[in-house]
Amino acid sequence: MNGGKSKHKKKLVMKELPVLQSESHLSTTVRGLPPSGIRKFFDIVVGIEDVISLGVGEPDFVTPWHISEACIYSLEHGQTSYTSNKGLLELRDALSNSVKEDMDLDYNPDEEMLITTGVSEAVDLAFRAILNRGDEVIVHQPCYVAYVPDIILAGGVPRIVETKLSDEFKLRPEDLAAAITGDVKALLLSYPNNPTGAVMSREDLEELADIVVENDLLVISDEVYHKLTYNGKHTSFAQLEGMKDRTIVLNGFSKSCAMTGWRVGYALGHSDFIGAMTKVHQYTMLCAPTMAQVAAVEALSRGDDDVENMKREYDRRRRLFVTELRRLGLPCFEPQGAFYTFPSIEGTGLSSEEFAEKLLNDQKVAAVPGNAFGACGEGFLRCSYATSREELMEAVDRIERFLDSL
Amino acid sequence: MKKEILEILEDNARATPAEIAILLGASEEEVSKEIEVLEESGVIRKYMTMIKWDKVDDGYVYAMLELKVSLQRDKGYDAIAERISRFSEIQSVRLISGDHDISATVRGRSMKEVAFFVTDKISTLDGVESTCTHFVLKSYKEHGVILYDKAKPKRLVITA
Repeated sequence: MNGGKSKHKKKLVMKELPVLQSESHLSTTVRGLPPSGIRKFFDIVVGIEDVISLGVGEPDFVTPWHISEACIYSLEHGQTSYTSNKGLLELRDALSNSVKEDMDLDYNPDEEMLITTGVSEAVDLAFRAILNRGDEVIVHQPCYVAYVPDIILAGGVPRIVETKLSDEFKLRPEDLAAAITGDVKALLLSYPNNPTGAVMSREDLEELADIVVENDLLVISDEVYHKLTYNGKHTSFAQLEGMKDRTIVLNGFSKSCAMTGWRVGYALGHSDFIGAMTKVHQYTMLCAPTMAQVAAVEALSRGDDDVENMKREYDRRRRLFVTELRRLGLPCFEPQGAFYTFPSIEGTGLSSEEFAEKLLNDQKVAAVPGNAFGACGEGFLRCSYATSREELMEAVDRIERFLDSL
Repeated sequence: MKKEILEILEDNARATPAEIAILLGASEEEVSKEIEVLEESGVIRKYMTMIKWDKVDDGYVYAMLELKVSLQRDKGYDAIAERISRFSEIQSVRLISGDHDISATVRGRSMKEVAFFVTDKISTLDGVESTCTHFVLKSYKEHGVILYDKAKPKRLVITA
């Protein structure tokens, strides 16, 4: 309709726009974060077919059907709104009972409990709630990849303490004591441990408690593998005498109930800490996904048998896999918890990354190089046994062929 | 250990004592001995294989029978139930609660064969008051094993 005017159209003059300098628009903190060693390896794996994966940090089981079904039922009945910031009261009540039974500790569902979007969020919240710029947090390595970046993002400074195979990857009191400076505010504990499968017994933890009190430290304890402990029962740092108020317990349903994708976890602790974490949570996450919280209620109420059954199967795989790795001549610490083995590959003369890459390219077995979990993980390989026994045995055959070819 | 051995064998009749020993952190001798005791005491009745026959040939026709029977003095349901059990066409016999007394499954090569077997051999038994035959159209799960094809859920190959 404006066709007649087209000849009068102004000629567009392209103005030279300055090129966006995206780097300078990024936060220096984020720019400074090293990329996850796991991510790097993931990029190599993508595109290779028929890989047997020992690289996965989640169960191979599907969420038990009654848990999924409870969620579906809630969706059918329109339970799709927000929950309270703290989480569904029904879930906090159920959790309070289950924690009482499990740990013999009383946490008030109103003030000492927060439902989070997975334990990952809880880790982030805990650091953000307690750290001032420059505050230090002691982290034992090898450990899960997120703690160090989360501390840095919260303005804190990680202080790494290395744990050793000769100590069964336990955090030794003398090493903890040696790492303490005036700026250390908290200790991050992560047992049963990813990637080593190490656990800390009550006695082991008690040796740390004195140092914690002497130096007025807080303990942030990620216990997401607590139900996957194979010899004896898991002890939480919060269970030690006088430690409950000093400890923020972080936990969730992902590993024990095969619910990784649901993203539901929780934090337990003194009301001041939980209150502060809730503040951050309400301005960022608002609440954990409602349907996942409903599923978690079902998992707590009727999921104990599932956990036991899955644990029994992991335990069998653990024995099978450790036996086989040792038969192949790879020295292997006997994991006591979680679902990882952490064999030493030092004897092959290859670095962790070289070993993992070659193993992947030659035999199509994916495992994670140990140094992804901290510098002291060099010389090791993380192999998850959260995969079927048939696949584990196939992986063993392939690793054997690989070792023979070296 | 006894229970764990049984669970493993129930899931896989071909598991060898050596394999079971590794899974349970026991010695092969211990496991072998335990299995022998379980076999001799009749806890382990038989080692079987689950077969999807309709993949091999025309497969079988199955029917579930619900029977009302009259109680026999001194013998209760046992005499009639045992009598029914002896037919090789009968796959299972169970005493049940509710509207009927005995539930049985029959296997045959055709519907006709199953139907005639029921009318000739079962309905005519002394003590059987009535039968109700339900032909199986499709089986979704047997002995705890899901029989329909389902895609394996995918996981990422590498995660933290």
